[in-house]
Amino acid sequence: MVAEIGFGSLFISLIVSVYGVIAAIYGVNQHQKKWVSSAQQAMRLVFPLLTVTVGSLLYLLINNNFEVVYVSKVSSLSMPLYLKITALWGGQAGSLLFWSWLLAGFTSAVTLKKWERDQDFLPWVIVVGLGTLAFFLVLNTFFENPFVRYWQVNQDIVQSFTQPAGGFIIGPQNGAGLNPLLRHPGMVIHPPMQYLGFVAFIVPYAYAMASLITGRSDDRWIQLSRRWTLWAWLFLSLGLILGARWAYDVLGWGGYWGWDPVEISALMPWLSGTAFLHAVLIQEKRGMFKQWPIVLIILTYLLVIFGTFLTRSGLLSSVHSFAASAIGPIFLAFIALTFIASFWLLSSRWDKFKSRQELTSFFSKEALILVSIILLMGMLVTSFWGVIFPNISELVTGAKVTVGPPFYERVAAPILGGMLLIMVICPLAVWSYVSFKHLGKLLWKPFAVSLLGIVLPLVGGLTKVPAVIAFWLIAFVLAVNGFEFVRRTRLRRKTESESMVNAITRVFQRNKRSYAAMIIHIGIVFMGLGIIGIEFFQTETQATLAEGQELELAPYTMEYEALEIFDAPDARNVARAVVLVKKDGEVIDEIYPRRDFYYDSSQPVTIPGVRSTLLDDFYVILVDWKAVTSEGATFKVYHNPLVQWLWIGAWVIIGGVVIATWPDKKTSKVVSNSARPK
Amino acid sequence: MVKDDLQQIEAEPRKGNALKFIIGGIVIVAAIIYLMVSSLQANIQYFLTVDEAMEKQLAGELTGRNIRLSGAVLGESIHYDMETLELSFSIVHVPGDIELVDEEGGLAAALHNAVMDPTRSQLKVVYYGAKPDLLQNEAQAILTGEFIAEGVFEADELLLKCPTKYEGSVPDQIES
Repeated sequence: MVAEIGFGSLFISLIVSVYGVIAAIYGVNQHQKKWVSSAQQAMRLVFPLLTVTVGSLLYLLINNNFEVVYVSKVSSLSMPLYLKITALWGGQAGSLLFWSWLLAGFTSAVTLKKWERDQDFLPWVIVVGLGTLAFFLVLNTFFENPFVRYWQVNQDIVQSFTQPAGGFIIGPQNGAGLNPLLRHPGMVIHPPMQYLGFVAFIVPYAYAMASLITGRSDDRWIQLSRRWTLWAWLFLSLGLILGARWAYDVLGWGGYWGWDPVEISALMPWLSGTAFLHAVLIQEKRGMFKQWPIVLIILTYLLVIFGTFLTRSGLLSSVHSFAASAIGPIFLAFIALTFIASFWLLSSRWDKFKSRQELTSFFSKEALILVSIILLMGMLVTSFWGVIFPNISELVTGAKVTVGPPFYERVAAPILGGMLLIMVICPLAVWSYVSFKHLGKLLWKPFAVSLLGIVLPLVGGLTKVPAVIAFWLIAFVLAVNGFEFVRRTRLRRKTESESMVNAITRVFQRNKRSYAAMIIHIGIVFMGLGIIGIEFFQTETQATLAEGQELELAPYTMEYEALEIFDAPDARNVARAVVLVKKDGEVIDEIYPRRDFYYDSSQPVTIPGVRSTLLDDFYVILVDWKAVTSEGATFKVYHNPLVQWLWIGAWVIIGGVVIATWPDKKTSKVVSNSARPK
Repeated sequence: MVKDDLQQIEAEPRKGNALKFIIGGIVIVAAIIYLMVSSLQANIQYFLTVDEAMEKQLAGELTGRNIRLSGAVLGESIHYDMETLELSFSIVHVPGDIELVDEEGGLAAALHNAVMDPTRSQLKVVYYGAKPDLLQNEAQAILTGEFIAEGVFEADELLLKCPTKYEGSVPDQIES
């Protein structure tokens, strides 16, 4: 019964979506407002409808209704409640449904705003939002139905949603359970964040399309979608970082990012989305390059769909991919259609979005931002090429080839360096025109301070040139931001003769966006610090130890104390080592690397024991042990300097985005004033 | 907008210097393309099946070359020495063509058939390090490394995938 309700509601939301698209187009054509409002109602309706569907599937998961194929594949009796809920997006059909549900949530939320000023946008936003949703609902209804059940027909087991002739429902006693690797708190939030990030980009895309179709070439679409874009960007960033964290905590290879094609396919929309955010800034402040944001948001949207396609088509094999499926060709058709429609529209409006201003100085803010956009796009093209090249090469030469992480790293390192250099200059540059001489006057003090970033590592015995350069750049960025903040505050105090505290808060309030940007960039630099630490300075060793024996990996020593093997209540066997961490002969910590063996899927999961400080992580993996004789256990040990900063940087970025999007009446007025092209 | 002393020095924009920006842009783009192309050439790897690899090795094409291999793990051959951390196992040929795999009824079936078929060619793999969680019979192994002797491949990277693990096939209880 619940399955019928769920599917029924799913099917109705598909019909409502299709109706909404048609009604919106008809309403515009016939100039009849009532059809557009009817379409708006449809858009509001899909979210509650799909909530019923998602609720039904959750009900089935929580109540162990294993006669539903999806439930039997991703859930099992022994899983705790939170994992049963997580199982909603643990498999193909469910994750597609979850995706559609989030999409419906966003599109419904968009319709809630007041549209008076933007009546002409409304129908087209509906067409894009509901059109995309309809596509995903078609997948869920006809190809990946999460409510399909097992039926016994004579001697055969049939999978079908509707009852086959003479069939009756049959269900296994227990399900296969969620893949143990996915049973981690990080897995509870990583996919939803990733999906939220993906899905939220549809809002700026929809506004961009509406702007193209109506031919309104002002900044209105950008203003309307600014907060959406920032949140989308934040969610996508969080999705990536949480994924990295999960890999670091669970996959037990001492790393966090493997240039896996699926990771790359999530990185690509982030790269173009980041470029989009910056292009928007140039348009808002200078009214220049108006075509760029549109090109970039189309690209981002296409990459979002492309990334979803890659993980679901069976084209790639990776920890992320779902089982091979027939939905690949349909996805490709949808991507092709979107691509052609978007760029055809853009080309037909190209002249309307031309701007007259020109670049005037290499060191103006717009020129610097432009360079950073080019660098981001360079990384994007590299990533895309790395993913797609093996397929092209096979078509052309017949030989299967692959490209590994070194390919991406060799390109990424100089690009990251270039980005850091721009982050040095950018806070000091102004819009329109800056002379190099003036810039030099502002730069020399932070530059002097940043030399510490060279001297300190060299004194510390560092010999790797790229690492020294990287440390110097990071010190430079931080110094520039620090000096700039002090300088602006002083200036304010001088002109307004306020108290120090007052001046700081005022400066902050008046330039909320610019300070939020500063904070976000400092977060990025912190992350850079973590990446440099682990990429350049990771060391590792391994050994088999008897109880009481030690293994050294400078500056730490580990002592293997004991091994405990026991059964945990959720049907897994745990082998847990007790390891003492010593530094300079003194015990400073105790960690527990362990290996969980899941009975229902007979798969082990290795979870490292980590001692984490701001300076470094001591990361110990329990590789193997001799169970009976307790002769010893084998450990693999990593020393990962500075990696904590990767996660700290993420928190800083969250703070920055929260500040940037914080609703503030006074500020939003300032923003819309200065947003007009000069 | 920030109104500070910087804007006071805003000079008259000079006209007609679009060329220098175009050149600047081209230089950056060219540098990125150069980076990409040179990195690609340095990091291309063959991705071969067991059959292809053995054939190429006999022809001497693979000496000293880093390649990528894919095959099915033969469960009974897995051996792990905890003292030296030497892991060895055999992989069995699985067709690389997606169509051939589909003909066999999907990847899981193709891996199963490969392991059950004693006539298929096999390669010995050695690897030093931790034993991966997913290393088991009928797993798909994707290995990076090079040949160290005829029919012996030393992997420095192991990637394993169990097609049945990520989304289970029909559970056993009701298949029988």
